[in-house]
Amino acid sequence: MSEGHSTYTPKTGLGRWFDARMPLPRLVYDSFVAYPVPRNLNYAWTFGGILSIMLVAQILTGIVLAMHYTADTNLAFGSVEKIMRDVNSGWLLRYMHSNGASFFFVAVYIHIFRGLYYGSYKAPRELLWILGCIIYLLMMATGFMGYVLPWGQMSFWGATVITGFFSAIPLVGDWIQQLLLGGFAVDNPTLNRFFALHYLLPFMIAGVVVLHIWALHVVGQSNPTGIEVKSKTDTVAFTPYATIKDAFGMIVFLFFFAYFVFYLPNYLGHPDNYIVANPLKTPAHIVPEWYFLPFYAILRAITFNVGPINSKLGGVLCMFGAIVMLFLVPWLDTSKVRSAVYRPWYKLFFWLFVADAILLGWLGSQPAEGSYVFMAQMATLFYFAFFLIALPVLGLIETPRRLPNSITEAVLEKNKGGSGHPAGATAAPETKG
Amino acid sequence: MSATDTQDPNRRDFLYVATGMAAVVGAGAFAWPFIDQMRPDASTLALASVEVDVASLTPGMSLIVKWRGKPVVVRNRTEQEMKDGEAVKLADLKDPIARNANLPADAPATDANRTTPGKEAWMVMVQVCTHLGCIPLGQEGDFGGWFCPCHGSVYDTAGRIRQGPAPENMAVPVFKFISDTKILIG
Amino acid sequence: MKKILTSLALVGLVAVGIGSAGTWAIAAEEAHNAAAPTHFPIHEPKEMDWSFTGPFGTYDKAQLQRGLKVYKEVCAACHSMNMVAFRTLSDLGYSDAQIKTLSAEYTIHDGPNDAGDMFDRPGKPSDHFPPPFANDEAAAASNGGAAPPDMSLLAKARGVERGFPQFVFDIFTQYDAGGPDYIHSLLTGYNETPPAGMVIPEGTHYNPYFMSGVSLKMPNPLSDGQVTYDDGAPQTVDQYSRDVSAFLMWAAEPHMEDRKKTGFRVLVFLLLFGALVYLTKRKVWEGVAH
Repeated sequence: MSEGHSTYTPKTGLGRWFDARMPLPRLVYDSFVAYPVPRNLNYAWTFGGILSIMLVAQILTGIVLAMHYTADTNLAFGSVEKIMRDVNSGWLLRYMHSNGASFFFVAVYIHIFRGLYYGSYKAPRELLWILGCIIYLLMMATGFMGYVLPWGQMSFWGATVITGFFSAIPLVGDWIQQLLLGGFAVDNPTLNRFFALHYLLPFMIAGVVVLHIWALHVVGQSNPTGIEVKSKTDTVAFTPYATIKDAFGMIVFLFFFAYFVFYLPNYLGHPDNYIVANPLKTPAHIVPEWYFLPFYAILRAITFNVGPINSKLGGVLCMFGAIVMLFLVPWLDTSKVRSAVYRPWYKLFFWLFVADAILLGWLGSQPAEGSYVFMAQMATLFYFAFFLIALPVLGLIETPRRLPNSITEAVLEKNKGGSGHPAGATAAPETKG
Repeated sequence: MSATDTQDPNRRDFLYVATGMAAVVGAGAFAWPFIDQMRPDASTLALASVEVDVASLTPGMSLIVKWRGKPVVVRNRTEQEMKDGEAVKLADLKDPIARNANLPADAPATDANRTTPGKEAWMVMVQVCTHLGCIPLGQEGDFGGWFCPCHGSVYDTAGRIRQGPAPENMAVPVFKFISDTKILIG
Repeated sequence: MKKILTSLALVGLVAVGIGSAGTWAIAAEEAHNAAAPTHFPIHEPKEMDWSFTGPFGTYDKAQLQRGLKVYKEVCAACHSMNMVAFRTLSDLGYSDAQIKTLSAEYTIHDGPNDAGDMFDRPGKPSDHFPPPFANDEAAAASNGGAAPPDMSLLAKARGVERGFPQFVFDIFTQYDAGGPDYIHSLLTGYNETPPAGMVIPEGTHYNPYFMSGVSLKMPNPLSDGQVTYDDGAPQTVDQYSRDVSAFLMWAAEPHMEDRKKTGFRVLVFLLLFGALVYLTKRKVWEGVAH
């Protein structure tokens, strides 16, 4: 996968035989053993690995849950309760799957914010970033459809509200909505197709993840300094250096995950979803899962008509626009410097953006009334201003701090007086494995 | 000299385009059943319109039928309710549009426009709050019409929004009287 | 990393600031009218001391047995509990023989038999609690239009929103008794008089702890001395409410003890394994400045 020539040399006869016919071991060796990674990666870089295991965990728990689940409006709720009560370890698998979705999103948000902070999306990593955005979109679709499957009140009404977005599209909106629902309201056909798609999409995610990693291995990882790798002393071999560090990051993450699965399994859910779906009774407040809340807040912030666009369509456009912003980031950022470490003003705006996203999330969970609406409008304004004004303008007017000449120099500077000798070379690929 | 050079270039281009077009048509035709199956199926469409017998409704009575998964109220309004509805000035309405699927999209929300000509006593309407889709309660609230218990939207006797967060009047579906005592909704 | 943590803390502070300002502004908007409140419940549920909360929480079997008695003698007249099977009552400390006798007290509608007729038979441990009404419509018709909710999951299906910043603290205190707290408060909250001028719809009962309005259709179901306890526990509304709330928590989450026990083992394992991996990581990176 990576550029440059392979350093893999099969040692056994069988290895050579295999290598000449299908060099799979070589691919694995080059991608996950000898693959050079910058030596200065911090723990924020372990979330790629964490996301991989979360995807695998979700697929595994999902497959076994599907063995007990029934996608029928009369039976779905009861089949989930059967999993919770009667199936051996069913409660564990189900809580792992439902909280796993949440923690998948925790990890992906940290991963995205890390990319934004260190400018990981800048050339030549635009495609890598866009593939990541596609994964995020697929995750949202998967998460949404998965939440419908237990057929609780929030499942039903969440699906009603979200599929209702499509009816805001002029002319073809109603047709598209009926195509999604398989009827005129959320009902059995909807549940059936959502189950089929919920089972399919994770494998599509896995496919795009392969492309994401492929693109990563072509351009190489960015790093906290944002300076490209210039020499062998800048890198260490993926195994054992990155593997062991990733492993530690994963275990810390799993610790938090387990804390929720075992002690607060319903904390991130909504009590109403333990009431079976009833098309004739709306919950007092329809709230999506927490990971959609910032977008939900943006959707509801648009309470006014703009020209021919009414507030409903406007809200939907802004909500999708908020995601489109992410796709455009590589071209919106005009800065020559990647990392926020050397960009004092961008750093400030980045953290304001983080605060804004958290604020939007909280507003999304509150009823859309009174001063909440105004706060949501201001927060939405800032959200778009960050992408459309701060990113392009800061790059032009900001004076970045002095950049070190290389990763090695940056590392040595940081470890001045410490035990850091230029030992990177000893860890270079050819001496390992 | 290769064999291909001897042919007429125009004829070759045409062949390429025609083959390509045929492939596109074939792919489209092949894809269509996969999209088509997503649309509402025959059993769902069979319920797309419902016939309601309203012979038993004397003034002041209503009944609710389920239509396309939503409750539709049919109400035989009392004289007083009709008078109250007609007395409302358009300027007092939060939503001045009739929201009547049987009328043009910009018809004003007069009491008559909320019903069907000749049968002004009859309200036929999707009893779903236009705020967040709750089911309002009939004959409650300050305007004698409908009251939504979720967020306090109040509708008048013609189902028009008068107070509270809901943005629109409750929707009047496509319907017609097929006889004096039978309504076809949808 | 330290810098990132500092920044995160700052972001947190800013968020707390904006959040509290917002909550305060909303509270100020609402404080105007006691007779026509717009947000429910009027009173927050009282937080009780439950044996099953916390990382080592376990159900108090005697309490669950008392709660079952309250359910059987009071609640079951209107509320179904469709998802709970008699066999699972072994969790409450009953023997197989006791469960057999208990289930036989119930009549189960079964069939069809060889002649094609439905018939009634005594319950078996594998049966579920039979519902008091044939269907939701019958339940609604007998109860003034509001069908009493099924109780199998009630303790997880109810919970008053905790609000900011309480929901952050809840992560650390492992607050998982929102349902039982709510049910207990509701059951003991019937005796308050509504503020002057408040309109209570006819056929409903004022309860400031009810989460979706000023009043609910269910009348006060409990009174002192109504259910006889054999174990000497006080026969008060408060005690009945606690017991039945705890019982409903068990009914909704029967595997909770198992879950918390497993969780402790998993966390200890992850801690040890994490320490080992961390030491290995230090060893691997020794001498490599990064």
